[in-house]
Amino acid sequence: MSGYRLDDGGLINRDNPLTFTFDGKEYTGFEGDSLASALIANGVDVVGRGFKYHRPRGVMSAGVEEGGALLTVGGGRFREPNTKAPVQPLFGGLVATAQNAWPSVQMDVGRINDVMKRFLAAGFYYKTFFGVRGGTKDWMLFEKIIRKAAGMGRASREPDPDSYETAHAACDVLVVGSGPAGLAAAKAASDAGKDVILAEQDFVLGGSYLSRPGGIDEAVGAIDALRIAGVTIMPRTCVFGLYDSGVAGLIEQVSDDPGLHGVRQRTWIVRPREIVLATGAIEQPLAFGNNDRPGVMQAGAVRTYLNRYAVAPGKRAVVATTNDSAYAVAADLVAAGVGVTLIDAREIGPDAPDGVKVMRGMVPIRTKGNYVLKGVEIGTLDDEGYAAAHDTLDCDLLAVSGGWTPAVHLTSHRGPKPVWNDTIHGFLAGTTNEAIRTCGAAAGVYDHDGCIASGEAVAQGEAGPQPEEGANPAMPLYEVKSRGKKLKCFIDPQHDVTTDDVRLAEREGFVSIEHNKRYTTLGMATDQGKVGNVIGIAIMADASGRTISETGTTTFRPPYSPISIGALAGRGTYMHFRPVRRTPLHDWNLAQGAVMTDAGLWKRPWYFPTDGESMDDAYIREMKAVRSTVGLCDVSTLGKIMVQGPDAGEFLNRVYVNGFGKLAIGKARYGVMLRDDGIVYDDGTVWRMSETDFLMTTTTANAAGVMAKLEEFLQTRWPDLKVQLTSVSDQWAGIAVAGPKCREVLQAVTTECDLSDEAFPFMGIREARIAEADVWIARISFSGERAFEVYVRGGSANAVMDALWDTARPIGGVLYGTEALGALRIEKGHVAGSELDGRTSLDDLGLGGMASSKKAFIGKAMSEREGMRDPDRLQLVGIAPVDSDKRLRAGALLDSRSDMVDQGEGFITAVTDSPDLGHWIGLALVKGGLKRWEGKEMISFDPARDGNTAVRVMSPHFFDPKGERMHG
Amino acid sequence: MIRITCPFCGERDHSEFSYGGDATVEYPALDASVGEWNEAVYKRSNPRGPHKEYWHHLNGCRSWLIVERDTLTHEVGKVEFAHPGLRAAVEKTA
Ligand SMILES: [Zn+2]
Repeated sequence: MSGYRLDDGGLINRDNPLTFTFDGKEYTGFEGDSLASALIANGVDVVGRGFKYHRPRGVMSAGVEEGGALLTVGGGRFREPNTKAPVQPLFGGLVATAQNAWPSVQMDVGRINDVMKRFLAAGFYYKTFFGVRGGTKDWMLFEKIIRKAAGMGRASREPDPDSYETAHAACDVLVVGSGPAGLAAAKAASDAGKDVILAEQDFVLGGSYLSRPGGIDEAVGAIDALRIAGVTIMPRTCVFGLYDSGVAGLIEQVSDDPGLHGVRQRTWIVRPREIVLATGAIEQPLAFGNNDRPGVMQAGAVRTYLNRYAVAPGKRAVVATTNDSAYAVAADLVAAGVGVTLIDAREIGPDAPDGVKVMRGMVPIRTKGNYVLKGVEIGTLDDEGYAAAHDTLDCDLLAVSGGWTPAVHLTSHRGPKPVWNDTIHGFLAGTTNEAIRTCGAAAGVYDHDGCIASGEAVAQGEAGPQPEEGANPAMPLYEVKSRGKKLKCFIDPQHDVTTDDVRLAEREGFVSIEHNKRYTTLGMATDQGKVGNVIGIAIMADASGRTISETGTTTFRPPYSPISIGALAGRGTYMHFRPVRRTPLHDWNLAQGAVMTDAGLWKRPWYFPTDGESMDDAYIREMKAVRSTVGLCDVSTLGKIMVQGPDAGEFLNRVYVNGFGKLAIGKARYGVMLRDDGIVYDDGTVWRMSETDFLMTTTTANAAGVMAKLEEFLQTRWPDLKVQLTSVSDQWAGIAVAGPKCREVLQAVTTECDLSDEAFPFMGIREARIAEADVWIARISFSGERAFEVYVRGGSANAVMDALWDTARPIGGVLYGTEALGALRIEKGHVAGSELDGRTSLDDLGLGGMASSKKAFIGKAMSEREGMRDPDRLQLVGIAPVDSDKRLRAGALLDSRSDMVDQGEGFITAVTDSPDLGHWIGLALVKGGLKRWEGKEMISFDPARDGNTAVRVMSPHFFDPKGERMHG
Repeated sequence: MIRITCPFCGERDHSEFSYGGDATVEYPALDASVGEWNEAVYKRSNPRGPHKEYWHHLNGCRSWLIVERDTLTHEVGKVEFAHPGLRAAVEKTA
């Protein structure tokens, strides 16, 4: 191909030359160029190498169906591989590089693959290494080598530096495509008073207008009319998918070079009432020998380059066609001063355009040339459909039209399979009940005026013009078969799939089109079968003696053309991927030197190191202080739900396994709730503040889930109960004040509230004031020490915490975090998230005694199932190392045999170094529990860390088993 | 993206809702037998076509809704409050 720029014409701004580089060499194009048109204008013919065989490739099309000119644009972390040169607008400073080529597109060592082609035939991945000697190891080595030789461009390994965002829109009508049909449809819908969005994937509106001589001016008029009518026009916006309820996904290419602060792409989620698809048709290639050689191009694309970009892709052209559409291409080539011979596979056809030599009944058999096109061998078809050579025509451009197939992908996204149509020899959209209609070339109406009429009619809910055969019916040729020497005839240039691959796969039994596609990888490259699908199906049909209709088609799925993962993520990355929840005391904790940890979305203080302490040293010190003096801990993350109303007590009775109806006002109670299936769900305390007001606390992890479940019960199962639920988790901060001196600390700041055992017994709750704030105080303990929890409005939390800390610190008090909190509860044998793992029952956790026998509750019936009483169930035990110097590890498996198999007899759920006991302790779930194992030894298996450790099984209540400290 | 018309909030994206299970299941009384509970907790038909299911308007009004959804096409039909009192109130005003 020896392309060049025409002297005038085109939708380019010759006053604004743009400099760019391809493979390090500098070139100049114009504003309005695509990267492909600029490369052609500069006479660049080889722009890349094929995927498998590394054959030279040039520009093949002028749109998203491009299979040859896939380039990498940008460098370093901005590198974008597999950019289709025909749809990439040229911009100043653009840096493009060829793919699959080393050291260069002109001299590529990978070409050796072409010689090795018999090893790279259909299904080569599956076949070649099946049962490879050396097994998986060798396969992994070979795979690496093959993937390096056969592959697409490579993405940057650095994080994507560009910004993306998501936007939402709604409209009456979404029109997809801005060709003659789309513009007409948008105008008609707008004239009918509808709110219209028109989306066009190209960077210039106009579709096929732009490929016609003088079409640019016609399009400008139509587009201006839409602007005046108030239609929202979105250029460079690809409708990549249609989804349920008529929702459309769009990607807007906002900027090619946004810098670090601009947006590169924007995902639009559009909710239209109706969708009109004017997505056009895609010109089909013909399969013939070496049809992938640079210089072979879609005929319609040649026309686009001539008229839209004022670029001639060659100096001597042959146009090969099976239908009338290419005659206009030949005429435009002549007008541009390019010599043309047109060969038509049919004996019929329009009159020869002026200056065009037409040869009827002629097909291309194979291209000639070394790297690039030098000529084409043409011939006639015999009675059996095989070609016989007639002549060879010199040319540097071969424009091919094998007919057209409507772009029906978007309708296919909604489920309806495309339906074969014998009039147009192409697939039309399947029927759908949804408000999706198709017009213009996408509906098989190929003539320009027909497209306008179709767009207008369909937008108004009418049928409009239908596909017609025309005076000179197109010939469904697909493939030029020739006897003798085997030639590579490509049908999927991106994945290097040939006609022989499809036939081989068919012979090997892949007769279903869906299987054949996956085995050959036909249509699985970035063009998603836009050019190869129909030929592939036709060849399969031919090989299996079926019609195309019987052979069927594959399902098109989103996206219509490739989209960046970054665009789908939008702004939802890093911190914005998961929102962070902070307690009202977050900054206060940080100011005290807290090291934070994640608890779901929450940030919680993990431990408070002093003087560069390690975590182990810090949490042990915090624990000791809680056991000996006092500690303060931010427990604001606990779920808090107000349960109010005359039936609140009855409601809680049904939800918890233990009774709540008779809970006295001013008292709290620990409660456990099950799931419907009898498994333990959550635990917490419930405070009765008045006859009808209860405050429920839940675990941090289940706060949202419990709320949703309670709402479900009230709205779906027990609608007769008069209960109101309000989540107050975020409104209230909670502070645990735990340790022997907790009363001293609290009394100092809330003088009017009597905290004596008589006035404020264990599990009592009281209203009080601290630091001029109203608080609720509950005498509850998670640590096993005498303790209170203080709940205060979030806005007053800092003041209350300040007051408490000012009192606690001088007497040796500490702040403690989740590590000490967890360790304290392990010493007490309190269960938490690692034991409430969605598999344990009340009995498994030693909580069977809590279940009321006087009432029914959620999960009761199912907790009495046979399997829930299996003596082999995993049950809660305590463990300690036999050698008290050894440490324990959570997650280790437990078994009695040193040659443990499978999952052993159980596993460790939680461990801590216990300062009170002077050695490590742990909680574990083991088969048969204490009944089977108490006092016996097991082995803790932790091969990746410490190896095996002998442990002794004991009661999980390691510390103060009778609870004298928290009651006292 | 399925769109669900909440009787309280109007038409919204399904991302505001969370699926809440089969709405044709009748949960037995709390003191019913294990057998009855077993049916309710585990036995599910797998219908092809229109089906009634619970959706919770989690990021909206927090109503539990009964949504008729076609399991084949995702087409959403009738949407009503699960709470019979709310349902009746809507019918009265309609
Ligand atoms: Zn709602």
